[in-house]
Amino acid sequence: MTDFFSDDPLLQVNGVTRYYGDRIGCRNVSFQLWPGEVLAIVGESGSGKTTLLNCLSTRLAPTAGAIEYRMRDGAMRNLYQLGEAERRLLMRTDWGFVHQNAADGLRMTVSAGANVGERLMAVGDRHYGHIRETATDWLGRVEIEADRIDDDPRSFSGGMRQRLQIARNLVTHPRLVFMDEPTGGLDVSVQARLLDLLRRLVADLGLSVVIVTHDLAVARLLSHRIMVMRHGEVIETGLTDQVLDDPREPYTQLLVSSILQV
Amino acid sequence: MTAQQKPLDEGEYNFAYLDEQTKRMIRRAILKGIAVPGYQVPFASREMPMPYGWGTGGVQVTASILGADDCLKVIDQGSDDTTNAVAIRGFFEKTAGVETTFETSKASIIQTRHRIPEKDLREDQIIVFQVPIPEPLRFLEPRETETRKMHALEEYGLMHVKLYEDIAKNGHIATTYAYPVLVNNRYVMDPSPTPKFDNPKIDKMAALQLYGAGREKRIYAIPPYTEVKSLDFEDYPFEVQKFDKPCGLCGAENVYLDEVILDDKGGRMFVCSDSDYCEERREAGHLGPMAADPNAMTLAGGTSDQHSEEPAR
Repeated sequence: MTDFFSDDPLLQVNGVTRYYGDRIGCRNVSFQLWPGEVLAIVGESGSGKTTLLNCLSTRLAPTAGAIEYRMRDGAMRNLYQLGEAERRLLMRTDWGFVHQNAADGLRMTVSAGANVGERLMAVGDRHYGHIRETATDWLGRVEIEADRIDDDPRSFSGGMRQRLQIARNLVTHPRLVFMDEPTGGLDVSVQARLLDLLRRLVADLGLSVVIVTHDLAVARLLSHRIMVMRHGEVIETGLTDQVLDDPREPYTQLLVSSILQV
Repeated sequence: MTAQQKPLDEGEYNFAYLDEQTKRMIRRAILKGIAVPGYQVPFASREMPMPYGWGTGGVQVTASILGADDCLKVIDQGSDDTTNAVAIRGFFEKTAGVETTFETSKASIIQTRHRIPEKDLREDQIIVFQVPIPEPLRFLEPRETETRKMHALEEYGLMHVKLYEDIAKNGHIATTYAYPVLVNNRYVMDPSPTPKFDNPKIDKMAALQLYGAGREKRIYAIPPYTEVKSLDFEDYPFEVQKFDKPCGLCGAENVYLDEVILDDKGGRMFVCSDSDYCEERREAGHLGPMAADPNAMTLAGGTSDQHSEEPAR
Protein backbone atom coordinates (compact mmCIF):
# COMPACT_ATOMS: atom_id res chain seq x y z
CA MET A 1 0.00 0.00 0.00
CA THR A 2 2.19 2.80 -1.23
CA ASP A 3 -0.89 5.01 -1.12
CA PHE A 4 -1.00 4.78 2.61
CA PHE A 5 2.25 6.61 3.16
CA SER A 6 1.70 9.17 0.47
CA ASP A 7 2.14 12.85 1.33
CA ASP A 8 -0.41 13.96 -1.23
CA PRO A 9 -4.01 14.41 -0.19
CA LEU A 10 -6.65 12.20 -1.79
CA LEU A 11 -9.35 14.82 -1.49
CA GLN A 12 -8.83 18.54 -1.40
CA VAL A 13 -11.78 20.72 -0.46
CA ASN A 14 -11.62 24.50 -0.83
CA GLY A 15 -14.28 26.91 0.36
CA VAL A 16 -17.25 24.68 -0.38
CA THR A 17 -20.48 26.60 0.09
CA ARG A 18 -24.02 25.52 -0.58
CA TYR A 19 -27.05 27.77 -0.28
CA TYR A 20 -30.65 26.66 -0.39
CA GLY A 21 -32.10 29.88 -1.70
CA ASP A 22 -31.28 32.38 1.07
CA ARG A 23 -30.63 29.73 3.65
CA ILE A 24 -27.22 28.29 4.27
CA GLY A 25 -26.60 24.58 3.83
CA CYS A 26 -22.90 24.76 4.52
CA ARG A 27 -20.44 27.62 4.18
CA ASN A 28 -16.79 27.95 3.36
CA VAL A 29 -15.67 24.45 4.27
CA SER A 30 -12.05 23.59 3.48
CA PHE A 31 -10.09 20.50 4.41
CA GLN A 32 -7.84 17.81 3.04
CA LEU A 33 -8.22 14.07 3.35
CA TRP A 34 -5.24 11.77 3.07
CA PRO A 35 -5.20 8.18 1.86
CA GLY A 36 -6.12 5.75 4.63
CA GLU A 37 -7.59 8.47 6.80
CA VAL A 38 -11.00 8.42 8.45
CA LEU A 39 -12.60 11.82 8.92
CA ALA A 40 -15.72 12.22 11.01
CA ILE A 41 -18.09 15.15 10.51
CA VAL A 42 -20.14 15.68 13.65
CA GLY A 43 -22.74 18.17 14.71
CA GLU A 44 -26.40 18.40 15.57
CA SER A 45 -29.27 17.94 13.14
CA GLY A 46 -29.41 20.75 10.60
CA SER A 47 -25.78 21.72 11.04
CA GLY A 48 -24.99 21.01 7.38
CA LYS A 49 -23.24 17.65 7.74
CA THR A 50 -25.28 15.84 5.12
CA THR A 51 -25.28 18.82 2.75
CA LEU A 52 -21.50 18.82 2.90
CA LEU A 53 -21.33 15.06 2.36
CA ASN A 54 -23.62 15.30 -0.65
CA CYS A 55 -21.47 18.07 -2.11
CA LEU A 56 -18.33 15.98 -1.62
CA SER A 57 -19.85 12.91 -3.22
CA THR A 58 -21.08 14.86 -6.30
CA ARG A 59 -24.68 14.23 -5.41
CA LEU A 60 -25.35 17.93 -4.89
CA ALA A 61 -23.50 20.70 -6.73
CA PRO A 62 -22.04 23.31 -4.36
CA THR A 63 -22.90 26.98 -4.89
CA ALA A 64 -19.23 27.92 -4.62
CA GLY A 65 -15.90 26.30 -3.91
CA ALA A 66 -13.86 23.51 -5.43
CA ILE A 67 -13.45 19.83 -4.65
CA GLU A 68 -10.48 18.04 -6.12
CA TYR A 69 -9.86 14.32 -6.07
CA ARG A 70 -6.70 12.39 -6.85
CA MET A 71 -7.59 9.91 -9.58
CA ARG A 72 -5.94 6.50 -9.81
CA ASP A 73 -3.43 7.91 -12.29
CA GLY A 74 -2.28 10.40 -9.63
CA ALA A 75 -3.72 13.54 -11.24
CA MET A 76 -5.81 15.93 -9.14
CA ARG A 77 -9.14 16.58 -10.87
CA ASN A 78 -11.93 18.98 -10.01
CA LEU A 79 -14.96 16.74 -9.48
CA TYR A 80 -17.44 19.18 -10.91
CA GLN A 81 -15.40 19.60 -14.08
CA LEU A 82 -15.43 15.87 -14.80
CA GLY A 83 -17.83 14.68 -17.45
CA GLU A 84 -20.94 12.96 -16.16
CA ALA A 85 -19.79 9.58 -17.49
CA GLU A 86 -16.46 9.91 -15.68
CA ARG A 87 -18.16 11.01 -12.49
CA ARG A 88 -20.57 8.11 -12.50
CA LEU A 89 -17.77 5.67 -13.24
CA LEU A 90 -15.86 7.10 -10.30
CA MET A 91 -18.89 6.68 -8.05
CA ARG A 92 -19.33 3.03 -8.85
CA THR A 93 -15.69 1.97 -8.91
CA ASP A 94 -13.38 4.18 -6.88
CA TRP A 95 -15.96 5.37 -4.38
CA GLY A 96 -18.57 3.96 -2.13
CA PHE A 97 -21.59 5.54 -0.48
CA VAL A 98 -23.18 3.98 2.57
CA HIS A 99 -26.65 5.37 3.24
CA GLN A 100 -28.22 5.64 6.65
CA ASN A 101 -31.24 3.74 5.40
CA ALA A 102 -29.91 0.60 3.75
CA ALA A 103 -32.94 0.43 1.45
CA ASP A 104 -31.67 3.60 -0.28
CA GLY A 105 -28.39 1.96 -1.15
CA LEU A 106 -29.61 -1.52 -2.02
CA ARG A 107 -31.78 -2.97 -4.75
CA MET A 108 -34.44 -4.43 -2.53
CA THR A 109 -36.01 -6.59 -5.23
CA VAL A 110 -32.94 -8.55 -6.28
CA SER A 111 -31.00 -11.10 -4.25
CA ALA A 112 -28.10 -10.34 -1.94
CA GLY A 113 -25.69 -11.92 -4.41
CA ALA A 114 -26.88 -9.71 -7.24
CA ASN A 115 -26.64 -6.66 -4.97
CA VAL A 116 -22.99 -7.38 -4.32
CA GLY A 117 -22.36 -8.42 -7.93
CA GLU A 118 -23.96 -5.37 -9.53
CA ARG A 119 -20.84 -3.23 -9.40
CA LEU A 120 -18.75 -6.05 -10.84
CA MET A 121 -21.16 -6.42 -13.74
CA ALA A 122 -21.20 -2.64 -14.14
CA VAL A 123 -17.43 -2.66 -14.74
CA GLY A 124 -17.72 -5.47 -17.24
CA ASP A 125 -17.46 -8.79 -15.38
CA ARG A 126 -19.40 -11.27 -17.50
CA HIS A 127 -18.54 -14.53 -15.78
CA TYR A 128 -21.34 -15.78 -13.54
CA GLY A 129 -19.15 -18.18 -11.58
CA HIS A 130 -16.63 -15.48 -10.81
CA ILE A 131 -19.26 -12.93 -9.81
CA ARG A 132 -20.90 -15.44 -7.50
CA GLU A 133 -17.61 -16.47 -5.94
CA THR A 134 -16.70 -12.85 -5.24
CA ALA A 135 -20.17 -12.17 -3.83
CA THR A 136 -19.91 -15.19 -1.53
CA ASP A 137 -16.49 -14.05 -0.36
CA TRP A 138 -17.77 -10.56 0.42
CA LEU A 139 -20.85 -11.80 2.23
CA GLY A 140 -18.48 -13.79 4.43
CA ARG A 141 -16.36 -10.74 5.10
CA VAL A 142 -19.39 -8.82 6.34
CA GLU A 143 -20.53 -11.82 8.39
CA ILE A 144 -23.57 -12.82 6.36
CA GLU A 145 -23.98 -16.59 5.99
CA ALA A 146 -23.30 -17.90 2.50
CA ASP A 147 -26.70 -19.61 2.31
CA ARG A 148 -28.43 -16.21 2.34
CA ILE A 149 -26.88 -15.29 -1.01
CA ASP A 150 -30.08 -15.88 -2.98
CA ASP A 151 -32.39 -14.16 -0.50
CA ASP A 152 -33.84 -10.70 -1.04
CA PRO A 153 -32.54 -7.99 1.28
CA ARG A 154 -36.18 -7.49 2.25
CA SER A 155 -35.88 -10.65 4.33
CA PHE A 156 -32.78 -9.30 6.12
CA SER A 157 -32.68 -7.57 9.49
CA GLY A 158 -31.61 -3.93 9.71
CA GLY A 159 -28.08 -4.83 10.73
CA MET A 160 -27.71 -7.39 7.96
CA ARG A 161 -28.99 -4.93 5.38
CA GLN A 162 -26.42 -2.41 6.51
CA ARG A 163 -23.65 -4.98 6.27
CA LEU A 164 -24.87 -6.03 2.83
CA GLN A 165 -24.78 -2.42 1.74
CA ILE A 166 -21.19 -2.16 2.92
CA ALA A 167 -20.21 -5.31 1.01
CA ARG A 168 -21.91 -3.99 -2.12
CA ASN A 169 -19.86 -0.81 -1.89
CA LEU A 170 -16.52 -2.40 -1.14
CA VAL A 171 -16.59 -5.13 -3.79
CA THR A 172 -14.82 -2.98 -6.39
CA HIS A 173 -12.10 -2.01 -3.87
CA PRO A 174 -12.90 1.68 -3.68
CA ARG A 175 -10.37 4.10 -2.25
CA LEU A 176 -12.84 6.52 -0.75
CA VAL A 177 -16.08 5.72 1.03
CA PHE A 178 -18.71 8.20 2.18
CA MET A 179 -20.92 7.15 5.05
CA ASP A 180 -24.04 8.93 6.19
CA GLU A 181 -24.92 7.84 9.72
CA PRO A 182 -24.15 4.18 8.97
CA THR A 183 -25.20 3.06 12.43
CA GLY A 184 -28.32 5.21 12.71
CA GLY A 185 -31.47 3.30 13.56
CA LEU A 186 -29.66 0.17 14.75
CA ASP A 187 -29.84 -1.07 18.31
CA VAL A 188 -26.76 -0.79 20.48
CA SER A 189 -25.44 -4.35 20.22
CA VAL A 190 -25.88 -4.44 16.43
CA GLN A 191 -24.26 -1.03 16.27
CA ALA A 192 -21.22 -2.25 18.20
CA ARG A 193 -20.82 -5.23 15.90
CA LEU A 194 -21.13 -3.06 12.80
CA LEU A 195 -18.57 -0.61 14.16
CA ASP A 196 -16.13 -3.45 14.83
CA LEU A 197 -16.64 -4.70 11.31
CA LEU A 198 -16.21 -1.26 9.78
CA ARG A 199 -13.08 -0.58 11.78
CA ARG A 200 -11.55 -3.86 10.65
CA LEU A 201 -12.44 -3.39 6.97
CA VAL A 202 -11.23 0.19 6.92
CA ALA A 203 -7.89 -0.84 8.42
CA ASP A 204 -7.50 -3.95 6.23
CA LEU A 205 -8.29 -2.18 2.99
CA GLY A 206 -6.58 1.11 3.83
CA LEU A 207 -9.77 2.99 2.97
CA SER A 208 -10.23 6.71 3.22
CA VAL A 209 -13.58 7.47 4.79
CA VAL A 210 -15.68 10.55 5.31
CA ILE A 211 -18.28 9.63 7.89
CA VAL A 212 -21.16 11.83 8.95
CA THR A 213 -22.56 11.12 12.38
CA HIS A 214 -24.19 12.82 15.32
CA ASP A 215 -22.98 10.04 17.59
CA LEU A 216 -19.67 11.05 19.13
CA ALA A 217 -19.01 7.46 20.22
CA VAL A 218 -19.02 6.36 16.58
CA ALA A 219 -16.61 9.16 15.74
CA ARG A 220 -14.37 8.18 18.63
CA LEU A 221 -14.23 4.54 17.57
CA LEU A 222 -13.75 4.96 13.83
CA SER A 223 -12.16 8.25 13.01
CA HIS A 224 -8.69 9.69 13.12
CA ARG A 225 -9.76 13.26 12.66
CA ILE A 226 -12.96 15.09 13.45
CA MET A 227 -14.72 18.21 12.16
CA VAL A 228 -17.39 19.81 14.30
CA MET A 229 -20.08 21.70 12.36
CA ARG A 230 -22.63 24.19 13.52
CA HIS A 231 -24.99 26.40 11.49
CA GLY A 232 -23.31 25.21 8.29
CA GLU A 233 -19.78 26.11 9.29
CA VAL A 234 -16.87 24.11 10.61
CA ILE A 235 -16.20 25.48 14.08
CA GLU A 236 -13.52 23.11 15.30
CA THR A 237 -11.29 20.52 13.74
CA GLY A 238 -8.48 18.31 14.98
CA LEU A 239 -7.46 14.80 15.98
CA THR A 240 -10.44 12.90 17.31
CA ASP A 241 -9.05 12.18 20.74
CA GLN A 242 -7.83 15.72 21.10
CA VAL A 243 -11.14 17.31 20.19
CA LEU A 244 -13.23 14.94 22.28
CA ASP A 245 -10.96 15.00 25.35
CA ASP A 246 -10.14 18.66 25.27
CA PRO A 247 -12.73 20.58 23.28
CA ARG A 248 -11.86 24.18 22.64
CA GLU A 249 -15.09 25.73 21.40
CA PRO A 250 -17.93 26.24 23.87
CA TYR A 251 -20.33 24.47 21.53
CA THR A 252 -18.06 21.42 21.25
CA GLN A 253 -17.74 21.38 25.03
CA LEU A 254 -21.51 21.37 25.26
CA LEU A 255 -21.75 18.59 22.70
CA VAL A 256 -19.19 16.43 24.48
CA SER A 257 -20.71 17.00 27.89
CA SER A 258 -24.16 16.12 26.68
CA ILE A 259 -23.25 12.49 25.96
CA LEU A 260 -25.35 10.30 28.20
CA GLN A 261 -23.39 8.31 30.72
CA VAL A 262 -24.66 4.97 31.89
CA MET B 1 -48.70 16.93 -49.41
CA THR B 2 -51.13 14.94 -51.41
CA ALA B 3 -52.49 11.56 -50.58
CA GLN B 4 -50.80 8.69 -52.34
CA GLN B 5 -54.08 7.14 -53.29
CA LYS B 6 -57.74 7.97 -52.86
CA PRO B 7 -59.09 6.32 -49.76
CA LEU B 8 -61.82 3.77 -50.17
CA ASP B 9 -64.20 5.42 -47.74
CA GLU B 10 -65.31 8.39 -49.85
CA GLY B 11 -62.67 10.68 -48.47
CA GLU B 12 -63.39 10.05 -44.83
CA TYR B 13 -59.85 8.93 -44.15
CA ASN B 14 -56.53 9.84 -45.65
CA PHE B 15 -54.67 6.92 -47.25
CA ALA B 16 -53.76 4.50 -44.45
CA TYR B 17 -55.76 6.48 -41.86
CA LEU B 18 -53.03 8.87 -40.62
CA ASP B 19 -52.80 12.37 -42.07
CA GLU B 20 -49.71 13.16 -44.12
CA GLN B 21 -48.13 15.49 -41.55
CA THR B 22 -48.32 12.78 -38.91
CA LYS B 23 -46.75 10.31 -41.31
CA ARG B 24 -43.89 12.73 -41.98
CA MET B 25 -43.31 13.08 -38.27
CA ILE B 26 -43.25 9.31 -37.83
CA ARG B 27 -40.98 8.84 -40.84
CA ARG B 28 -38.54 11.32 -39.34
CA ALA B 29 -38.52 9.28 -36.14
CA ILE B 30 -38.00 6.10 -38.18
CA LEU B 31 -35.09 7.63 -40.09
CA LYS B 32 -33.49 8.72 -36.87
CA GLY B 33 -34.02 5.25 -35.44
CA ILE B 34 -32.33 3.69 -38.47
CA ALA B 35 -29.43 6.12 -38.18
CA VAL B 36 -28.89 5.17 -34.52
CA PRO B 37 -29.65 1.43 -34.40
CA GLY B 38 -31.37 0.37 -31.18
CA TYR B 39 -31.88 3.91 -29.89
CA GLN B 40 -35.42 4.64 -28.73
CA VAL B 41 -36.63 7.71 -30.59
CA PRO B 42 -39.52 9.54 -28.92
CA PHE B 43 -42.38 10.40 -31.24
CA ALA B 44 -45.79 12.02 -30.88
CA SER B 45 -47.84 8.85 -30.86
CA ARG B 46 -51.41 9.40 -32.04
CA GLU B 47 -54.62 8.05 -30.69
CA MET B 48 -55.56 5.11 -32.91
CA PRO B 49 -58.97 3.54 -33.34
CA MET B 50 -57.93 0.52 -31.31
CA PRO B 51 -56.92 0.04 -27.69
CA TYR B 52 -53.38 0.30 -26.40
CA GLY B 53 -51.84 -3.12 -26.34
CA TRP B 54 -53.32 -4.00 -29.71
CA GLY B 55 -50.35 -2.69 -31.59
CA THR B 56 -51.03 1.02 -31.91
CA GLY B 57 -47.28 1.64 -32.29
CA GLY B 58 -46.85 -0.95 -35.00
CA VAL B 59 -49.93 0.28 -36.83
CA GLN B 60 -48.64 3.86 -36.89
CA VAL B 61 -45.29 2.72 -38.24
CA THR B 62 -46.95 0.57 -40.89
CA ALA B 63 -49.33 3.38 -41.86
CA SER B 64 -46.37 5.73 -42.32
CA ILE B 65 -44.34 3.45 -44.57
CA LEU B 66 -47.19 1.88 -46.51
CA GLY B 67 -47.45 2.73 -50.22
CA ALA B 68 -50.26 1.90 -52.62
CA ASP B 69 -48.23 -0.87 -54.29
CA ASP B 70 -47.21 -2.58 -51.05
CA CYS B 71 -48.39 -6.03 -50.07
CA LEU B 72 -49.10 -6.39 -46.36
CA LYS B 73 -48.96 -9.44 -44.14
CA VAL B 74 -50.05 -9.21 -40.49
CA ILE B 75 -49.30 -11.93 -37.95
CA ASP B 76 -50.07 -12.36 -34.29
CA GLN B 77 -48.06 -15.07 -32.50
CA GLY B 78 -46.96 -16.28 -35.92
CA SER B 79 -50.47 -16.78 -37.16
CA ASP B 80 -52.35 -14.80 -39.80
CA ASP B 81 -55.83 -15.60 -38.55
CA THR B 82 -55.85 -14.64 -34.88
CA THR B 83 -57.94 -11.70 -33.68
CA ASN B 84 -55.23 -9.06 -33.58
CA ALA B 85 -53.89 -9.96 -37.02
CA VAL B 86 -57.35 -10.10 -38.59
CA ALA B 87 -58.32 -6.74 -37.07
CA ILE B 88 -55.18 -4.94 -38.23
CA ARG B 89 -55.25 -6.50 -41.69
CA GLY B 90 -58.87 -5.45 -42.02
CA PHE B 91 -57.98 -1.96 -40.85
CA PHE B 92 -55.45 -1.48 -43.63
CA GLU B 93 -57.63 -3.14 -46.24
CA LYS B 94 -60.30 -0.62 -45.38
CA THR B 95 -58.22 2.54 -44.94
CA ALA B 96 -55.47 1.96 -47.50
CA GLY B 97 -56.93 -0.59 -49.87
CA VAL B 98 -53.57 -2.27 -50.25
CA GLU B 99 -53.09 -5.87 -51.21
CA THR B 100 -52.80 -8.24 -48.27
CA THR B 101 -51.42 -11.73 -48.13
CA PHE B 102 -50.75 -14.70 -45.86
CA GLU B 103 -47.59 -15.61 -47.74
CA THR B 104 -44.36 -14.46 -46.14
CA SER B 105 -42.43 -14.39 -49.41
CA LYS B 106 -45.09 -12.32 -51.17
CA ALA B 107 -45.35 -9.56 -48.55
CA SER B 108 -43.33 -6.36 -48.78
CA ILE B 109 -44.31 -5.26 -45.26
CA ILE B 110 -44.94 -7.68 -42.41
CA GLN B 111 -46.44 -6.37 -39.22
CA THR B 112 -45.99 -8.76 -36.34
CA ARG B 113 -46.86 -9.28 -32.75
CA HIS B 114 -44.44 -11.67 -31.01
CA ARG B 115 -42.96 -13.70 -33.88
CA ILE B 116 -40.60 -13.45 -36.81
CA PRO B 117 -41.57 -15.71 -39.74
CA GLU B 118 -39.57 -18.93 -40.03
CA LYS B 119 -38.71 -18.18 -43.63
CA ASP B 120 -35.69 -15.87 -44.05
CA LEU B 121 -36.71 -12.32 -44.89
CA ARG B 122 -35.25 -10.49 -47.87
CA GLU B 123 -33.69 -7.08 -48.42
CA ASP B 124 -36.84 -5.77 -50.11
CA GLN B 125 -39.01 -6.58 -47.09
CA ILE B 126 -39.69 -4.59 -43.92
CA ILE B 127 -40.80 -6.15 -40.66
CA VAL B 128 -42.73 -3.98 -38.19
CA PHE B 129 -42.93 -5.06 -34.54
CA GLN B 130 -45.63 -4.10 -32.06
CA VAL B 131 -43.88 -3.24 -28.82
CA PRO B 132 -45.60 -2.98 -25.43
CA ILE B 133 -42.63 -1.85 -23.28
CA PRO B 134 -39.62 -0.60 -25.23
CA GLU B 135 -37.36 -0.01 -22.23
CA PRO B 136 -35.36 -3.14 -21.36
CA LEU B 137 -34.19 -1.62 -18.08
CA ARG B 138 -37.68 -0.65 -16.92
CA PHE B 139 -38.31 -3.38 -14.37
CA LEU B 140 -34.97 -2.84 -12.66
CA GLU B 141 -34.91 0.94 -12.86
CA PRO B 142 -38.34 2.56 -12.91
CA ARG B 143 -37.09 6.14 -13.43
CA GLU B 144 -37.17 7.15 -17.10
CA THR B 145 -34.67 9.96 -16.46
CA GLU B 146 -32.25 7.41 -15.06
CA THR B 147 -32.69 4.79 -17.80
CA ARG B 148 -32.12 7.41 -20.49
CA LYS B 149 -28.93 8.43 -18.76
CA MET B 150 -27.88 4.80 -18.54
CA HIS B 151 -28.40 4.37 -22.27
CA ALA B 152 -26.52 7.59 -22.99
CA LEU B 153 -23.56 6.51 -20.87
CA GLU B 154 -23.70 2.84 -21.86
CA GLU B 155 -24.18 1.75 -18.26
CA TYR B 156 -25.65 -1.65 -18.88
CA GLY B 157 -24.42 -3.59 -15.85
CA LEU B 158 -27.97 -3.65 -14.55
CA MET B 159 -29.16 -5.76 -17.46
CA HIS B 160 -26.81 -8.50 -16.35
CA VAL B 161 -28.13 -8.21 -12.80
CA LYS B 162 -31.42 -9.48 -14.19
CA LEU B 163 -29.73 -12.39 -15.95
CA TYR B 164 -27.73 -13.10 -12.78
CA GLU B 165 -30.98 -13.28 -10.83
CA ASP B 166 -32.36 -15.71 -13.38
CA ILE B 167 -29.43 -18.08 -12.96
CA ALA B 168 -29.34 -17.69 -9.17
CA LYS B 169 -33.04 -18.50 -8.87
CA ASN B 170 -33.52 -21.04 -11.69
CA GLY B 171 -30.10 -22.45 -12.49
CA HIS B 172 -30.26 -21.12 -16.04
CA ILE B 173 -31.25 -17.91 -17.82
CA ALA B 174 -35.01 -18.24 -17.53
CA THR B 175 -35.91 -15.19 -19.61
CA THR B 176 -37.67 -16.68 -22.62
CA TYR B 177 -39.14 -13.66 -24.32
CA ALA B 178 -38.21 -9.98 -24.60
CA TYR B 179 -34.66 -11.22 -24.21
CA PRO B 180 -32.33 -8.19 -24.12
CA VAL B 181 -29.91 -7.69 -27.00
CA LEU B 182 -26.98 -5.41 -27.70
CA VAL B 183 -27.43 -3.69 -31.06
CA ASN B 184 -24.40 -2.72 -33.12
CA ASN B 185 -22.24 -2.91 -29.97
CA ARG B 186 -23.90 0.19 -28.56
CA TYR B 187 -27.52 0.19 -27.40
CA VAL B 188 -29.20 -2.47 -25.31
CA MET B 189 -32.63 -3.08 -26.78
CA ASP B 190 -35.76 -5.01 -25.96
CA PRO B 191 -36.74 -6.96 -29.09
CA SER B 192 -40.42 -6.67 -28.05
CA PRO B 193 -42.00 -9.79 -26.57
CA THR B 194 -40.74 -12.11 -29.30
CA PRO B 195 -39.59 -15.46 -27.92
CA LYS B 196 -35.82 -15.65 -27.58
CA PHE B 197 -36.04 -18.38 -30.20
CA ASP B 198 -36.25 -15.54 -32.73
CA ASN B 199 -33.29 -13.57 -31.38
CA PRO B 200 -30.77 -15.19 -33.77
CA LYS B 201 -32.99 -14.09 -36.67
CA ILE B 202 -32.67 -10.46 -35.62
CA ASP B 203 -28.91 -10.67 -35.99
CA LYS B 204 -27.74 -9.56 -39.44
CA MET B 205 -31.26 -9.82 -40.84
CA ALA B 206 -31.51 -8.81 -44.51
CA ALA B 207 -34.79 -6.98 -43.96
CA LEU B 208 -35.22 -3.64 -42.21
CA GLN B 209 -36.69 -4.01 -38.72
CA LEU B 210 -38.89 -1.27 -37.27
CA TYR B 211 -40.25 -1.31 -33.73
CA GLY B 212 -43.17 0.86 -32.67
CA ALA B 213 -44.46 1.37 -29.12
CA GLY B 214 -47.65 3.43 -29.22
CA ARG B 215 -48.44 3.84 -25.55
CA GLU B 216 -44.80 4.48 -24.61
CA LYS B 217 -44.36 6.75 -27.67
CA ARG B 218 -41.09 5.26 -28.87
CA ILE B 219 -39.82 4.05 -32.23
CA TYR B 220 -36.58 2.16 -32.77
CA ALA B 221 -35.05 0.32 -35.66
CA ILE B 222 -32.40 -2.13 -36.78
CA PRO B 223 -31.08 -1.54 -40.30
CA PRO B 224 -30.37 -4.57 -42.51
CA TYR B 225 -27.31 -6.66 -41.68
CA THR B 226 -26.74 -5.04 -38.28
CA GLU B 227 -24.96 -7.09 -35.66
CA VAL B 228 -27.31 -7.93 -32.77
CA LYS B 229 -25.96 -9.88 -29.84
CA SER B 230 -28.09 -11.51 -27.14
CA LEU B 231 -26.70 -10.72 -23.71
CA ASP B 232 -25.31 -13.60 -21.67
CA PHE B 233 -22.56 -14.72 -19.33
CA GLU B 234 -19.32 -16.36 -20.45
CA ASP B 235 -20.17 -19.47 -18.46
CA TYR B 236 -23.90 -19.33 -19.26
CA PRO B 237 -24.04 -18.61 -22.99
CA PHE B 238 -27.24 -17.58 -24.75
CA GLU B 239 -29.38 -20.50 -25.90
CA VAL B 240 -32.69 -20.72 -27.73
CA GLN B 241 -35.58 -22.96 -26.76
CA LYS B 242 -35.39 -26.49 -28.07
CA PHE B 243 -38.37 -28.72 -28.85
CA ASP B 244 -38.06 -32.46 -28.46
CA LYS B 245 -40.59 -33.26 -31.18
CA PRO B 246 -41.32 -31.92 -34.66
CA CYS B 247 -44.48 -30.03 -35.70
CA GLY B 248 -47.47 -32.37 -35.41
CA LEU B 249 -48.92 -31.32 -38.75
CA CYS B 250 -46.01 -30.69 -41.08
CA GLY B 251 -43.17 -32.46 -39.29
CA ALA B 252 -40.90 -29.38 -39.35
CA GLU B 253 -37.98 -29.38 -36.93
CA ASN B 254 -36.04 -26.43 -35.50
CA VAL B 255 -39.07 -24.18 -35.67
CA TYR B 256 -41.00 -22.52 -32.87
CA LEU B 257 -43.97 -24.64 -31.80
CA ASP B 258 -47.27 -23.79 -30.09
CA GLU B 259 -49.05 -26.26 -27.86
CA VAL B 260 -52.63 -26.82 -28.99
CA ILE B 261 -55.19 -28.58 -26.83
CA LEU B 262 -57.34 -30.87 -28.97
CA ASP B 263 -60.03 -32.12 -26.61
CA ASP B 264 -60.92 -32.31 -22.93
CA LYS B 265 -59.31 -35.74 -22.53
CA GLY B 266 -55.74 -34.57 -22.48
CA GLY B 267 -55.22 -34.66 -26.25
CA ARG B 268 -52.70 -32.10 -27.39
CA MET B 269 -50.20 -31.46 -30.09
CA PHE B 270 -47.37 -29.15 -30.93
CA VAL B 271 -47.67 -27.28 -34.19
CA CYS B 272 -45.71 -24.57 -35.99
CA SER B 273 -46.48 -21.17 -34.54
CA ASP B 274 -45.86 -19.77 -38.05
CA SER B 275 -49.10 -20.90 -39.74
CA ASP B 276 -48.08 -19.87 -43.26
CA TYR B 277 -44.83 -21.84 -43.01
CA CYS B 278 -46.73 -24.91 -41.78
CA GLU B 279 -49.28 -24.75 -44.59
CA GLU B 280 -46.68 -24.31 -47.24
CA ARG B 281 -44.86 -27.39 -46.00
CA ARG B 282 -48.05 -29.45 -45.93
CA GLU B 283 -48.87 -28.38 -49.48
CA ALA B 284 -45.40 -29.52 -50.46
CA GLY B 285 -46.27 -32.95 -49.09
CA HIS B 286 -44.60 -32.90 -45.66
CA LEU B 287 -46.65 -34.64 -43.03
CA GLY B 288 -46.17 -34.69 -39.27
CA PRO B 289 -46.93 -37.49 -36.82
CA MET B 290 -50.36 -36.01 -35.95
CA ALA B 291 -51.48 -35.35 -39.52
CA ALA B 292 -53.71 -38.44 -39.55
CA ASP B 293 -55.47 -37.51 -36.32
CA PRO B 294 -59.03 -36.37 -37.12
CA ASN B 295 -59.03 -33.73 -34.37
CA ALA B 296 -55.78 -32.32 -35.63
CA MET B 297 -57.03 -32.30 -39.21
CA THR B 298 -60.08 -30.28 -38.21
CA LEU B 299 -57.69 -27.72 -36.90
CA ALA B 300 -55.50 -27.82 -39.97
CA GLY B 301 -58.56 -27.68 -42.21
CA GLY B 302 -59.76 -24.65 -40.27
CA THR B 303 -56.61 -22.80 -41.15
CA SER B 304 -56.70 -23.57 -44.83
CA ASP B 305 -60.40 -22.64 -45.07
CA GLN B 306 -59.48 -19.25 -43.76
CA HIS B 307 -56.80 -19.09 -46.37
CA SER B 308 -59.19 -19.68 -49.24
CA GLU B 309 -61.49 -16.98 -47.92
CA GLU B 310 -58.74 -14.46 -48.43
CA PRO B 311 -60.11 -11.78 -50.72
CA ALA B 312 -58.70 -12.06 -54.19
CA ARG B 313 -57.29 -8.83 -55.54
